Amino acid sequence: MLLKHTTADVADRKALTINPAKTCQPIGAMYAALGIHGCMPHSHGSQGCCAYHRSALTRHYKEPVMAGTSSFTEGASVFGGQANLLAAFNNIFSIYDPDVVAVHSTCLSETIGDDLAQITQKAIDEGKIPEGKTVIYASTPSYVGSHVTGFSNMCAAMAEQMAVEGVEVKSPTINVVPGWVEPADMREIKRLLKAMKVTSIMFPDTSDVLDAPMTGKHQFYPRGGVTLNELRDSGKSRKTYCLGSWASAAAGEALWKKSRVPFEEMSLPIGIKATDRFLAAVSKETSCPVPQSITDERGRLVDMVADMQNYLSGKRVALWGDPDQLLSLAEFLIDLDMKPVYMVSGTPGKAFMAKMEAIVGEAVPEAKYKNGERADMFLMHQWIKEEGVDLLIGNTYGKYISRDEDIPFIRAGFPIYDRAGHSYFPTVGYAGGLRLVEKILDALMDRQDRDSTEEKFELVM
Amino acid sequence: MLEKYPAKVARKRQKAIVINDKTASQEIQANVRTVPGIITQRGCTYAGCKGVVLGPTRDIINLTHGPIGCGFYSWLTRRNQTTVQGQTPENQENFMTYCFSTDMQDSNIVFGGEKKLRQSIEEAYALVHPKAIGVFATCPVGLIGDDIHQVSKECTEKFGDCNVFAFSCEGYKGVSQSAGHHIANNQLFKHVIGTREDAPEGKYKINLLGEYNIGGDAFVIEDILAKCGITLIASFSGNSAYNKFAHSHHADLNAIMCHRSINYVAEMMETKYGIPWIKVNFIGAESSAKSLRKIAQYFGDAELIDRVEKVIAEEMIPVEEARKAALPKTEGKSAMLFVGGSRAHHYQDLFTELGMKSIAAGYEFGHRDDYEGREIIPSIKIDADSRNIEELTVTKDEERFRSRLSDEQKAKLEKAGLKFKDYEGLMTDMESETLVIDDLSHYEMEVLIKEYKPDIFCAGIKEKYAVQKMGVPLKQLHSYDYGGPYAGFEGAINFYKDIAKMTSSKIWGLIGAPWEKEKTLSASVVHDTKPVKKEEKESA
Repeated sequence: MLLKHTTADVADRKALTINPAKTCQPIGAMYAALGIHGCMPHSHGSQGCCAYHRSALTRHYKEPVMAGTSSFTEGASVFGGQANLLAAFNNIFSIYDPDVVAVHSTCLSETIGDDLAQITQKAIDEGKIPEGKTVIYASTPSYVGSHVTGFSNMCAAMAEQMAVEGVEVKSPTINVVPGWVEPADMREIKRLLKAMKVTSIMFPDTSDVLDAPMTGKHQFYPRGGVTLNELRDSGKSRKTYCLGSWASAAAGEALWKKSRVPFEEMSLPIGIKATDRFLAAVSKETSCPVPQSITDERGRLVDMVADMQNYLSGKRVALWGDPDQLLSLAEFLIDLDMKPVYMVSGTPGKAFMAKMEAIVGEAVPEAKYKNGERADMFLMHQWIKEEGVDLLIGNTYGKYISRDEDIPFIRAGFPIYDRAGHSYFPTVGYAGGLRLVEKILDALMDRQDRDSTEEKFELVM
Repeated sequence: MLEKYPAKVARKRQKAIVINDKTASQEIQANVRTVPGIITQRGCTYAGCKGVVLGPTRDIINLTHGPIGCGFYSWLTRRNQTTVQGQTPENQENFMTYCFSTDMQDSNIVFGGEKKLRQSIEEAYALVHPKAIGVFATCPVGLIGDDIHQVSKECTEKFGDCNVFAFSCEGYKGVSQSAGHHIANNQLFKHVIGTREDAPEGKYKINLLGEYNIGGDAFVIEDILAKCGITLIASFSGNSAYNKFAHSHHADLNAIMCHRSINYVAEMMETKYGIPWIKVNFIGAESSAKSLRKIAQYFGDAELIDRVEKVIAEEMIPVEEARKAALPKTEGKSAMLFVGGSRAHHYQDLFTELGMKSIAAGYEFGHRDDYEGREIIPSIKIDADSRNIEELTVTKDEERFRSRLSDEQKAKLEKAGLKFKDYEGLMTDMESETLVIDDLSHYEMEVLIKEYKPDIFCAGIKEKYAVQKMGVPLKQLHSYDYGGPYAGFEGAINFYKDIAKMTSSKIWGLIGAPWEKEKTLSASVVHDTKPVKKEEKESA
């Protein structure tokens, strides 16, 4: 047993977190910054933060993740990190020539009170930022929120610091803040909008950045990412769609405050209903109809679920990850006649409990869920030990529970360190729904095949 | 390589780049601050302490005191394997699959985190009753002044049967992971080593230091030692357990693999308990054989020497077969190694066995002695960053000190070529005209690859995919690309096979579509191809 010290007796913990279902803010800021074209993310803290974040993102995306660090030493921690950040600006622009540096803070620089806005202004005043180059900064203390908060803060910083203001007549373009999803998901959302003939600005956009092709040379700033011009123009758009409240609402709010672009919080478009809501809302706003080709995609997804319903119905599922993903996934699972029974997310936010209750309350009254401090995988595992589940959906760390408890497992969310493909194939939209259902069915049906006796072994399923 | 750097940076980096000359004594700059923004391979002190040295011990609860990230990123990511031979896994304590954290919140930063730490320790103790709990400080802990050592001490007293001890390994200390190794060494020495008096049974008792059981390396070495009849008391810290550290002072020899990360423990154990240390290397078949012979030579027993020779002879048969099978795919090729604090040196032996030349190498967190050899240690200037790391004052333990060798015996062994307390460093072993670079930056790495086009590049995960995008296969020497083991004779065979696979993969030949190649060809006939500009993004 890999997790042999986990027992079914749930003891109330008031301080200790075991096997977290979250990580810290700065990594989210780094991921978001990679979704800006020509951008070098920069971690204002100890070297270890940057090394850990780059390693984690690299293991997940299996792509180069370039980022700088202020390399704090004990001296910098005492006297402040301003000198380090000024030196870093100078070095980064000289050596790596990015269009933009996106700085985020860490628990270290926040604890000593470094002010990124002030240091950046000083760098500008002293001519340390070359002509035509841009710096974006976001405060991302690791002791507040989670990796999702950091992503959200960097997205908000993009809007707040880049978008133009004071444009009275809005363009027909819509903004989409996609949330912490895969490059493939961002690509898929853009594909859907393009098929509807909707012009859009997506920020951040890691497609063509973290799924760059092999060309024989390392393109330091790959082709993808939202451009600075697009970020400026986002202030002229008619509306912002924030996919996932936790990851994206702050950017919508920032854009409303700065440029009076109205925003709408939507569920991440994972599953049938959430995708329906997103496309319907965009269609209504832009008067661009959803084309038959996409309606057919939807039809194919519904068809597949209808065909395979008896393999899905009633299956109990445990999930862990980020609130935006969990809410949409839970809704989708219920549409598949499955039962999302356990859900944990380390990401705080009071709205989670009420939103989840609205989704599962009636359909799965036995469901247990928790978010915030100590809503960890250890707790979820204990729930599983009390009463088992048929399927696990979550990040790579689930493989230990899967093996110990012999439960089928499909990987979703972040990080996925031990499989490939998640960055290439979407889980959003109807096409993403098809892929999710395929994965769920594969896991459940492989299990049935493995467990059936010889006489019950089925050819046709 | 330095042209693009601002003048100040160029001046600094210049001192870290040396064209090796075996005939001269050359100085290289190492273990100094990284230039902010340069893109370094290095990590932090916490990573070196919690991740590297204490990470592989199965029965100590490692509790990270800090915001969630540090504990999360060091959770199972280093591939340390663990098992107790002869015991079913169910009976073994193993906390390595768990991540324990105090998950500090903003209120803890403002009002202090000691209360939450104490509560967390108590909850961990109540849950699993471990023998020991290690508390690891992250950056904010030192800044807000939580006294983790006092809290740990009080918990130890309260529990009675659980040793709680703490590590002030805040990430900002030192200049790299290296400071964390030192802090880990100090605390193990202070709180664990020598706390158990029962002497383990066995002949030829040694400790293996600086081996971390990545991908099962320690299992292979344990097997070889057992075959030779050598008793391994404790391994620091691959496949290790608390009790083994506790009675490791009964060993008669400390054999050091990774000099950088663990030489402090060896030095302190020699002073306090009288255990001599020698440098060994179980990476590479020849080096493994040499290391076994050194250990046998130390004990000087004919029976052991014969047995070691027999084991080597047996092991070398399949090694030679595998080597010959790999050679057609590897011979004459070149490698670059930029990793760790020993690996960039040790792995050159395996490449030599494959007929490959190591044309450039350097450490991520080595010190000058790891490059130039230990004899230069007195000439190393102690800077402010190193001064901040505690240097324990160790004295002879009058009761437990036992001289393992008489002065004559030692002199005799030295005369016969066995060197004590000696590490010659990487530069001694590399050929002249090769490049040695400390704390390689990403930019320097790209220049090296463009200029020298090595057949294989060895580094870590952060470098892997950037290098591979350039069409050069990268072998990870921290994680072994999730393969291995690479230690000992069995490990050498695995490495030969893996490198042969990498240097002969067909995929590199498929980079670029046929129509792209045609276009380039026809374009170059007419005029030079234009460099690709970033602005293409808009039109693409």
